[in-house]
Amino acid sequence: MSRIDGVLTDLRKQGRRALIPYITAGDPDKAETLAIMHTLVESGADIIELGVPFSDPMADGPVIQRACERALAKGCSLRDVLDIVARFRETDRTTPVVLMGYLNPIEAMGGDAFVERAAEVGVDGVLVVDLPPEEADLLIPALKARNLDAVFLLSPTTTDERIRLISQHCSGYVYYVSLKGVTGSATIDTESVGARVDHIHAITALPVGVGFGIRDAKTARAVGAVSDAVIVGSVIVDCIGHHPEGGAELHRALKGLVQPLREGLDELPALEGAN
Amino acid sequence: MAIKLTEEMLKGIPDARGHFGDYGGRFVSETLIDSLEHLEKEYRRLRNDPEFRRRFDADLQDYVGRPTPLYHAERLSRENGGAQIWLKREDLNHTGAHKVNNTIGQALLAQFLGKPRVIAETGAGQHGVATATVAARLGLKCKVFMGAEDVRRQALNVYRMKLLGAEVVPVDSGTRTLKDAMNEALRDWVTNVDDTFYIIGTVAGPHPYPLMVRDFQSVIGTEARRQHLEKTGRLPDALVACVGGGSNAIGLFYPFLTDESVALYGVEAGGHGIESGEHAAPLSAGRAGVLHGNRTYLMEDENGQIAGTHSISAGLDYPGVGPEHSWLKDIGRANYVSVTDDEAMAAFRQLTEVEGIMPALETAHAVAYALKLAADMDPEQSIIINLSGRGDKDIQTVAEIDNIEF
Repeated sequence: MSRIDGVLTDLRKQGRRALIPYITAGDPDKAETLAIMHTLVESGADIIELGVPFSDPMADGPVIQRACERALAKGCSLRDVLDIVARFRETDRTTPVVLMGYLNPIEAMGGDAFVERAAEVGVDGVLVVDLPPEEADLLIPALKARNLDAVFLLSPTTTDERIRLISQHCSGYVYYVSLKGVTGSATIDTESVGARVDHIHAITALPVGVGFGIRDAKTARAVGAVSDAVIVGSVIVDCIGHHPEGGAELHRALKGLVQPLREGLDELPALEGAN
Repeated sequence: MAIKLTEEMLKGIPDARGHFGDYGGRFVSETLIDSLEHLEKEYRRLRNDPEFRRRFDADLQDYVGRPTPLYHAERLSRENGGAQIWLKREDLNHTGAHKVNNTIGQALLAQFLGKPRVIAETGAGQHGVATATVAARLGLKCKVFMGAEDVRRQALNVYRMKLLGAEVVPVDSGTRTLKDAMNEALRDWVTNVDDTFYIIGTVAGPHPYPLMVRDFQSVIGTEARRQHLEKTGRLPDALVACVGGGSNAIGLFYPFLTDESVALYGVEAGGHGIESGEHAAPLSAGRAGVLHGNRTYLMEDENGQIAGTHSISAGLDYPGVGPEHSWLKDIGRANYVSVTDDEAMAAFRQLTEVEGIMPALETAHAVAYALKLAADMDPEQSIIINLSGRGDKDIQTVAEIDNIEF
């Protein structure tokens, strides 16, 4: 069982939802990213999605675009992101880390070299935004061979046929993009998200995480009520962006942001199937 | 060694998943897949639909002004020495460039699919103007994304788009040029996919765009082939076209791909020189990667970050290239070369002074290479240059080089 499966299974037994914050690695700098990861865990994160900065993040809104630009200005490469994970694993052996990014930096490093190093440093899963299941052969078999989970996106417009296709390649959890838009988009219609997640559950046994448009405890609770995991990105990245110097002030602000999300999720009635 | 292409082989290019050999494909977020699948399905149906074909052909004839002439530049040929130079006059199209062939086709698709809003990215502004033009004619809402740096360089075209009723959005992210405008257009599309058609301006992007745009632009080569046969009784020996994304080049080359005797030259922007690193020539000096939904040659750094580009011409200032060109390069069917900013400027002046035809600075790259190529050929041989656009939009850039203020 992978570290992601272990965490999600334990939470399910407790009837709780997973909280999955996203940050862009290297923003405001590499050392601070490591510290932020620990702060997120202390604040209640179950899994961390660590964004690999890319020059052309076409599925991301302005908040994550700017974070990518800041990280790249500090020279944060994919190899550096992997080094950050290695440092993180020196003290945290339990919190799964999922790398999220675009295909080109992985190909530039070399798919096999990337997978090898990712497994070595203790990465648990990889989500490549612009790698569709039709092209999965480029990377997914190599990930599987090293017991790394391949996380895929589902969207409001993904057909049932594609949900089945994606489930064949996906492991750990599926990331349901809750709305038509880029990361950090405005509003989320939790009622339609709920119906959609139920539909996905009927097709695949994979846990469903929901992201895009979750900005506070209220929306986190609403989305948590209908899903297995809540993924929160842009509000956290925005908070980091407002503290370019990092330090104690940033970590206080992050705790103030993430702890209420955790508390909001834990106030929800226990998930069905809990022991 | 180049392989001999046949009509039969070309039928399978691109394949069902949009691959041109190792290139192309549909490398996009799941959020865009459904729209692209729908577009592909509808396009495959409409491309053989008699009513769609009839309207496309009629618009090209009566609105765009096709066929465009194939003009024998006799004086230029004589002064340059060597091969006869023929100009395929895409600059005489309505709106002044080849771009409108494609926007007519895609706007018609938008109308057939019932989309009331179109969006586009633009570099030099020619594709933006061509999109705003057809949107005005068909009564479609139009938003054009343009890098903030290009908005400054191409102020005249920005104003033209606004006069045509389009909203022009300056894009401030990344390098503030064409690639960033394309990112922003993709973001708008994914957000407004229900009512919006994204009119991509070149033979790049996710499948089916490289196929669709090639189909619409192929009218250039189809006409040129027929015209050259009519005027000389034989095929040309070489074709030369500039390559940014590569739509005018594919448009000219495609109907000649199986004509083995016709050499194909795509001319990239060499900027300050390939050795300077400041250029926009991925086929000449890049490597394969994935950007904007397709695998193709790219300019990138060792970490896979897309590199900034430089060209005097905004329309060539793009770090990628259409996947079909990457394929044609690898199989050896087409040659890709580059010329510098300075060489392009010299060709701009020469064509203006000798033939009274002022080319776009993009086009001037093709002219510059063709002049070198022709000089080494015989007077019985001939070259067709795709004169892809007119130079009015570049007057300000040229004047700045000449230190003239208006």
